[in-house]
Amino acid sequence: MTEEILFQIKALYRDDFRIRGYRFGNGEDSVCIMGSMRGNEYQQIYACALMIDKLKRLEEKGRISKNRSVLVIPCANPYSVNTKKRFWTVDNTDINRMFPGYSLGETTQRIAGGIFDEIKKYKYGVQFASFYMPGYFVPHIRMMKTGRENIELAKQFGLPYVVLHHPRPFDTATLNYNWQIWNTDAFSIYTTSTGNIDKKSAEQACDAILNFMSKQEIISFRSYEGYISRVVESKDFITIRAEKAGFFESCVSAGGKVTKDNLLAVIKDPYTLRVHQEIYSPQSGIVAFVHNETLAYQNTAVIKLIEDEDML
Amino acid sequence: MPNLKDAIIEVVSAEMPVDERLMIKKHRIIGTDKTIGKRICIVTGIHGDELEGQFVCYEVSRRIHENAGALKGIVDIYPAMNPIGIDSVTRGIPAFDLDMNRIFPGNSDGDMNEYVASEIIKDCRGADLCIDIHASNIFLTEVPQIRINELHKESLIPLAKQANMDFIWIHGNNTVLKSTFAYSLNSIQVPTLVVEMGVGMRITKEYGIQLADGIFSLMNYLEMWTDSNMNKKTPIISYDQDGTDVIYLNAPVSGVYVKERDHGSIVHRGDKIGNIIDPLGGKILFEVTAPDDGWLFTSREYPIVDAGSLVGRILKKEVYEK
Repeated sequence: MTEEILFQIKALYRDDFRIRGYRFGNGEDSVCIMGSMRGNEYQQIYACALMIDKLKRLEEKGRISKNRSVLVIPCANPYSVNTKKRFWTVDNTDINRMFPGYSLGETTQRIAGGIFDEIKKYKYGVQFASFYMPGYFVPHIRMMKTGRENIELAKQFGLPYVVLHHPRPFDTATLNYNWQIWNTDAFSIYTTSTGNIDKKSAEQACDAILNFMSKQEIISFRSYEGYISRVVESKDFITIRAEKAGFFESCVSAGGKVTKDNLLAVIKDPYTLRVHQEIYSPQSGIVAFVHNETLAYQNTAVIKLIEDEDML
Repeated sequence: MPNLKDAIIEVVSAEMPVDERLMIKKHRIIGTDKTIGKRICIVTGIHGDELEGQFVCYEVSRRIHENAGALKGIVDIYPAMNPIGIDSVTRGIPAFDLDMNRIFPGNSDGDMNEYVASEIIKDCRGADLCIDIHASNIFLTEVPQIRINELHKESLIPLAKQANMDFIWIHGNNTVLKSTFAYSLNSIQVPTLVVEMGVGMRITKEYGIQLADGIFSLMNYLEMWTDSNMNKKTPIISYDQDGTDVIYLNAPVSGVYVKERDHGSIVHRGDKIGNIIDPLGGKILFEVTAPDDGWLFTSREYPIVDAGSLVGRILKKEVYEK
């Protein structure tokens, strides 16, 4: 393993801004794994740290294939993590809305450009991503439908779901989208959490990446077979919204199975605890997403289900 | 004095968790002459830290009431598209950390913010003109200007010329901008002009008066306002679809920026624009100079800079003089 500084900005009063990478193996730029780009993505840093630990041990055992190299970048935005700000500390811009970046542009464009120059050459790109809504997710691979997405490759991670998503205008400035445009096979992995560490789903995600790398013969690893992934379009998720605002209490967990008419959640009046809304499952299926904040605003998508009529 | 009909109307509201409703309101003023069925929307406060439009809303309303007989048609004034952002000195939508100008045209079945955005678009649909007033941000000061996406230039340039602004900047199309309020309205044939002027968190009264003059000039052009005494500047126009008319000055180092030249200055190659200083070491880290002759139409207001921070924009002399 070699540790290197991939990008650096000298600051006035703070320590320098540094993006650190951990490289394993030699030769062809095979896989790049990107962790946190926002200041609240602790789970994404943790998952990368697990990957670094696993890859280090594999490398020590000589299990990384000849002429294959893997780069892990646990955090592309330490300044925001250290100040507990989600976006860039000065102007609140989002590095993951600045790709492919611009080396002569504004600060976050330069950061995105500096990262992208290093990682656009990789054959496969994997990003531990987070959702813009606060909540818990069933672990899955998410891909944007750019016309270049390779669904069969995505299935090789062996996670339960591969979710396909039509890019919205602002998605065109994300890392995942630009990786695809620059001919990298790009995958976003959503683990269960973002702002707190969920060890189980981080382990599952790391195993999935090792599984994938093993199938591409980048590492030699007796991988678990995982799941036969089900491919779902994000527009086919059943979204359940809060009809009234108030305290939100979930009765289910991400990844849990529910049948039609199961109680999913309750919304209560914050002053009287009177029940505003009992949310029942309209279909049988898997809980793909659960809101995880105490407060729910009116019309908030609090639960998303993946329909499964064959659920027993 | 003829009587105007006016009312404060709730455009959309949504329930917040604890004993509060989010409300977007507008002030509708209906002219006494009902034969002209035209409507203009004056919108501001999509970014909660941009306050220049607040004075403009007040000033337009004040002048209409002062000269009620001159109004034909309907004026809708929306001073606070993001009311909780304005109230909490927050650019985006508080609690969601979301840029409101990236969620249009919204979604009536979406979350609270998407729903609000869709209702706002519904309310503005059918208007003959919309003016979306911004104030740069807290970092930069801008001369009064209108920005136009090249896709909508044919319909918008004739209108923009009436708006008494110093500058019209026609820029290239960018996919990300499809989520803006102005793009969404222009796409449904509501001509929408985006005004940028002044600086965030402040009101520059002189610019407010200039834009108010421009709004009455536009209303006159649309035959909604009868007044022969119109202020109308001839703007500088940059057809900058390929992005070559403007020189961007980005800080090469982090430090504290102290400007030497104000926005609106004519500068020559080599002129000093400002210094990036190091207060800890007592040194100048970098002298920012003009790379070419031109017009400094943007200057940095907020002193702290990182490497890459924008400290100014210069419109090239050949464009400025043309």
